[in-house]
Amino acid sequence: MKILVVDDEEDVKSLFEQKFRKEIRSAQFEFSFAFSGEQALAFLAEHPSEVVMILSDINMPGMSGIELLKTIRKDFPAAPPQVMMITAYGDSNNHDQAMQLGADDFLTKPVNFVELKEKLLKSL
Amino acid sequence: MDYFLVSFFLIQYVRSSLQTATSLPEWDRKLLIGRYISIALLATYYITDSPDWYSWLWHIFMVVVLFILYTKEEFRSLKSVTQSVIPFVVVSILNDVVELAAPKFHDKYHDWLDIAVAFAFILCFVIWFYARKQQNILLKEREDRMREEAASKAQKESLEYLVTERTMELTAQKEQLQKTIDELKSTQNQLIQSEKMASLGELTAGIAHEIQNPLNFVNNFSEVSVELCQELEEEVDKTSISDDDKDYIKGIIADLSQNQQKITHHGKRADSIVKGMLQHSRTSSGEKEPVEINALADEYMRLAYHGLRAKDKEFNAALVTDFDPNIGKVLVMPQDLGRVFLNLFTNAFYAVAEKKRMLTEAGKLDDYRPEVKISTKMFAGKLYIRVTDNGTGMPDHVKAKIFQPFFTTKPTGQGTGLGLSMSYDIITNAHNGMLDVETVPGEKTEFKITIPIG
Repeated sequence: MKILVVDDEEDVKSLFEQKFRKEIRSAQFEFSFAFSGEQALAFLAEHPSEVVMILSDINMPGMSGIELLKTIRKDFPAAPPQVMMITAYGDSNNHDQAMQLGADDFLTKPVNFVELKEKLLKSL
Repeated sequence: MDYFLVSFFLIQYVRSSLQTATSLPEWDRKLLIGRYISIALLATYYITDSPDWYSWLWHIFMVVVLFILYTKEEFRSLKSVTQSVIPFVVVSILNDVVELAAPKFHDKYHDWLDIAVAFAFILCFVIWFYARKQQNILLKEREDRMREEAASKAQKESLEYLVTERTMELTAQKEQLQKTIDELKSTQNQLIQSEKMASLGELTAGIAHEIQNPLNFVNNFSEVSVELCQELEEEVDKTSISDDDKDYIKGIIADLSQNQQKITHHGKRADSIVKGMLQHSRTSSGEKEPVEINALADEYMRLAYHGLRAKDKEFNAALVTDFDPNIGKVLVMPQDLGRVFLNLFTNAFYAVAEKKRMLTEAGKLDDYRPEVKISTKMFAGKLYIRVTDNGTGMPDHVKAKIFQPFFTTKPTGQGTGLGLSMSYDIITNAHNGMLDVETVPGEKTEFKITIPIG
């Protein structure tokens, strides 16, 4: 399963790689990373219909997670990827907005990796 | 006879009109002598069988009396009266002179001369009467003037009284205005203070947000490192190095793992503080949610405690909890109730810290043990929460005002005076409950929250 993680913090990459070390080694998950909304769109354009799941932060400089979600739902209607938004603690505004724009699920920061792993395995 | 009447009344008139008995005692004596002389003269006149020459004694006496009255400064005011007597005396003397010098002429015009004397006699009484009337008018005028003066004096006094009264009123008004200005100033200061606090609250929320991201990384990486250590341990078992070396390596891995766990533990602590900050600054949703009351109270007790500890490292207090385990979840507004808890606990900790400080200053700390206690109880459809401290307590006049907005006993800059008034509002209006306080000055304070449930 190809998963695209979108976050402006570059350390997210090594964190995910370490957290999902076993799953990556056994080729259960394949992670790609984008550090901004723009990069994420570029990646999706290069690899059409490959990405099954997108994990995106909301608060990012430049294109926000909300705008990214909007664009994805508009530009990639065929084989739509699942989109999981990561909202900050207590940020109900963004939560409601993302919900309306068609996000599939939510995670609250700090990300509970046990919960995330379960969710990802379920959607396999 | 007529001479006697004139002299007698003249002397009497002088004495009464000038009040010589009191104002001129020496002259009074002399006048009395004059009166006795006139009486004596009258008496002698009748005793000596009224000889002709006798009238000359009267002439001399009258002239002397008139001379004295006319020339002496003391009788100046009576000049007109004195003058009125002169014609009578002159006419009488003339009459006698004519009788002596020209007896024939006198005999011939005897009647006319007597009439002249009689006229002069009547004239002098008429003038007296007139003068007396005049004097009465004058007296009356003087009395009127005196009365007017008294009246104007009374008016002046009443005016002065009015002025004093007005001055007092104005002074009182001025003082009141001054007081109002002072109150306004302190209100302004408090508003500035609360505005500062509000912006500080926003700043705190901002800072908390910013800290949360790096803190998440710390927690996540330390957690994942623990997992890596476990994996590493498993991998070591697979290698063919000697058991001694394996044990040594495993020992190092165990230490590393333990360190990572400590990092996670302290990171989580920081995380809960940041969460508390965010929760506190979040605006209330205004909706009731099922909330674990005991957990909420405990969380805010710790938050308040650590808040004070952060400012004052010396501070220490025993946190005593007495929770009713049967309460469970109750429908309340968690942010609002949390704010109430935070205020009550902050005040309780402040009170015990103050008491400790005062006792330390007085050198009587002895075995004072600061203690803040929270107890909860569910009973007959009502939730009872009590926050008790063994701190400074409050005198009655402070107790009466604590729920008023902007009332604070803390030094400027340390309290906005809004905490308890806000708490009161939250409990009574938003939760239909009651917020009461009981206190013993110098001993303890107990805040009692009662919220109806269901």
